[in-house]
Amino acid sequence: MSRPIIRFKDFTFKYRSQKEPTLKNINLTIHEGEKVLIVGPSGSGKSTLAHCINGLVPFAYEGDITGSLTINNEETKELDIFSISKYVGTVLQDPDGQFIGLSVGEDIAFSLENDCVEQQEMKEQVVDISKLIDMENKLHASLHELSGGQKQRVSLGGVMVDDVDILLFDEPLANLDPATGKHAIELIHDIQQQMNKTVIIIEHRLEDVLHCPVDRVIVINDGEIVSDTTPDELLSSTVLESSNIREPLYVKALKYAGCQITPELRPSHIDTLKIDQCKEKVLAWYESSEQQKPIKKTAPILSMENVSFGYRDGESTIKNVSFSIDQGEIVSIVGKNGAGKSTLAKLICGFEKVDTGKIYYHDQEITNDTIHDRAEKIGIVMQNPNHMISKHMIFDEVSLGLVTRGVPEAEIKQRVEDTLKICGLYPFRNWPISALSFGQKKRVTIASILVLEPEVIILDEPTAGQDFKHYTEIMEFLLELNKRGITILMVTHDMHLMLEYTPRAIVIADGQIIADRSAVEVLTDHELVEQANLKETSLFTLALRAGIDEPIEFVNRFIAYDREVRKIWP
Amino acid sequence: MAVEMLSYIEKNSPVHRLSGATKLIVFLLWSSAAMLTYDTRVLLFLFVISITIFWLSKVALRDVAFVLIFILIFLLLNNIAIYLFSPQEGVSIYGTSHVLFEIAGRYNVTLEQLFYQFNITLKYFVVIPAALLFIVTTHPSEFAASLNRIGVSYKIAYAVSLALRYIPDIQRDFRTISQAQQARGIDLSRNEKFFTRIKNAISIILPLILSSLDRIEVISNAMELRGFGKKKKRTWYSAKPFRRSDYITIFVSVIIFILSVIITFYDGSRFYNPFL
Repeated sequence: MSRPIIRFKDFTFKYRSQKEPTLKNINLTIHEGEKVLIVGPSGSGKSTLAHCINGLVPFAYEGDITGSLTINNEETKELDIFSISKYVGTVLQDPDGQFIGLSVGEDIAFSLENDCVEQQEMKEQVVDISKLIDMENKLHASLHELSGGQKQRVSLGGVMVDDVDILLFDEPLANLDPATGKHAIELIHDIQQQMNKTVIIIEHRLEDVLHCPVDRVIVINDGEIVSDTTPDELLSSTVLESSNIREPLYVKALKYAGCQITPELRPSHIDTLKIDQCKEKVLAWYESSEQQKPIKKTAPILSMENVSFGYRDGESTIKNVSFSIDQGEIVSIVGKNGAGKSTLAKLICGFEKVDTGKIYYHDQEITNDTIHDRAEKIGIVMQNPNHMISKHMIFDEVSLGLVTRGVPEAEIKQRVEDTLKICGLYPFRNWPISALSFGQKKRVTIASILVLEPEVIILDEPTAGQDFKHYTEIMEFLLELNKRGITILMVTHDMHLMLEYTPRAIVIADGQIIADRSAVEVLTDHELVEQANLKETSLFTLALRAGIDEPIEFVNRFIAYDREVRKIWP
Repeated sequence: MAVEMLSYIEKNSPVHRLSGATKLIVFLLWSSAAMLTYDTRVLLFLFVISITIFWLSKVALRDVAFVLIFILIFLLLNNIAIYLFSPQEGVSIYGTSHVLFEIAGRYNVTLEQLFYQFNITLKYFVVIPAALLFIVTTHPSEFAASLNRIGVSYKIAYAVSLALRYIPDIQRDFRTISQAQQARGIDLSRNEKFFTRIKNAISIILPLILSSLDRIEVISNAMELRGFGKKKKRTWYSAKPFRRSDYITIFVSVIIFILSVIITFYDGSRFYNPFL
């Protein structure tokens, strides 16, 4: 075994503003050259653990530490954040937020500037690093022009320029489309292999990280380490389920089929999985599960006809788009970052005005209606709840739309309370919003839209940044709303969400609709997946490898079965 | 949008090639000179040079038209206010009174007053091209470096340049938030009563502050993790080294500054008096 580089010993940390410690009695050793994945649900303390390693705790976020944490055999609390940053390079989750320079070269150089490196030498070093991350031809490019994957490369370059030993990635997949996420994981793997760095990845999307091999997975729940083992061992245990972390879908399918998962099966990747021992069981499960009925057509509620739009003259973000959504449907809009998904949602709500084309609600044309008029028919929930919340108290926030519409007070009270009950927020109605978790805030924003009784709700990334438990909660809640007759449109990057909850998917690339069919069909169509930066589902691969003749139907049946099982969850 | 209009305009001109620090120094000298003097001859001379340099920079007038119009409106208001509050200022400065016509009471129009306000306007016209040029021909990356070079602490210099840089982002946030709020019936347009509009604006400001605080937390963490603030000094990747043209430019503008101060003050008055 190589040299230990990070060592937590009986480490406990409590934020100054909190009563209970966030990390409790952590004992963890990470060795030089290891690649470690740290997973855990929201609020488990995994981000705090990352902050301890890079020095933000206790130097930026103050609190009380007991026990010891050493990096390179130096006790971190006796160092300062700058010395720690010479050992640990951190790539934060939002590449846009962490760019400091304006051009690629300038951003990579930031750390060198702070070290007072002379300009000439600095330029040479930047060129060297940019070759490593494959950006040497883009040194003068503005960061805004880059794609999501390129941005990730630049932020990696910015920390590698310091020649750190440890690379720490804090939720690297959070804002990337599925294909870009896959490339990011591959890039991290390549860098680790080439440079022999120690790599620590904090993520809750286990299946996506396991795309490339990982030495160890550490599971954190409630501030404690509940598991510290190899991916194969972990997937063979029940730790993930009890910690509310989503297992890879193919593993789930194998479990449903009654296969005993053992480390010998090599379950950490669908390609390494020894499927032979499970084949029969999977086939038997497939035969026994029910065939899914196609959904009945109803009347269209929302349609777009030949809509085109550009933010500036001569530029078109949306090109001649036509589609129609039926009453009671749940539809996802998917595609690359910047393909025009959010713009489409804005056009529907009237935030932007179409250049040409028409929008219909039922049979009525609403192309020229104002935002205010449309809001009573079509509600939109933004990705970031902080962009919507403007009151201190939950009741006031939810009632805001009704108050401005001059609804009588008695009716407001009734409607708000009814909505809060539907959203499971009734017990908190007199709470300040600041006391809520992110997921609950999201619900408040949904409630504040729902109270206006729209027939269609559009959600922009409804589950971004949510762990599996909150994800399931939010999605089941939306499904509940859907059963009450509300039509739901979701803009999303989450392939699981699309597969599980939206029977139909509209795929957008470069401002055009390139596919409009069932989500399962989209995610099993290799060409389409490539074109729109999506990711094939591992279930499909599993079905192929198990020798099922109708892999698409297999995916369908799994989804239906899985949802039934999860409904019984406490 | 206004701020986008005030952003860097990429051109290849002698003005663009100068280092940002040079432009900042020249701008400071230029505006001090224009502020000190009321000497019409000096102002006219500075004005001609200002216009010439503006022409040299290849910046098109329409690129800065929005800001220019904004300043001109402000200038007009300023002139009206001066006249309203002190219609006899020119007379008391120049000591004579050539009345063109009477309006009412102490309000009449004199050549002296017109000349005085013409000088004020001229001051604006001397400073405007210099200020605009400094902003639109200095690459934002170089901005902080230039401030630092003339002695501003690099932390403050960086804070200023980051603040400027985040304005477009905050505008975008503002737009998103205001759209979301409009959908809930919060109207900021003229259809609403003034008082309600103010109240409604507040409901956009709270979320804007919260999301800006988030942004600040992320960026300050990112900066600290990459060693910002570690040392007393720092170097700059995009600072332009001083070249001969920079030294010449600074030298020439110092000469102009000194000359204009001498001409202004040699007869003991900051005003040039054509009425004597």
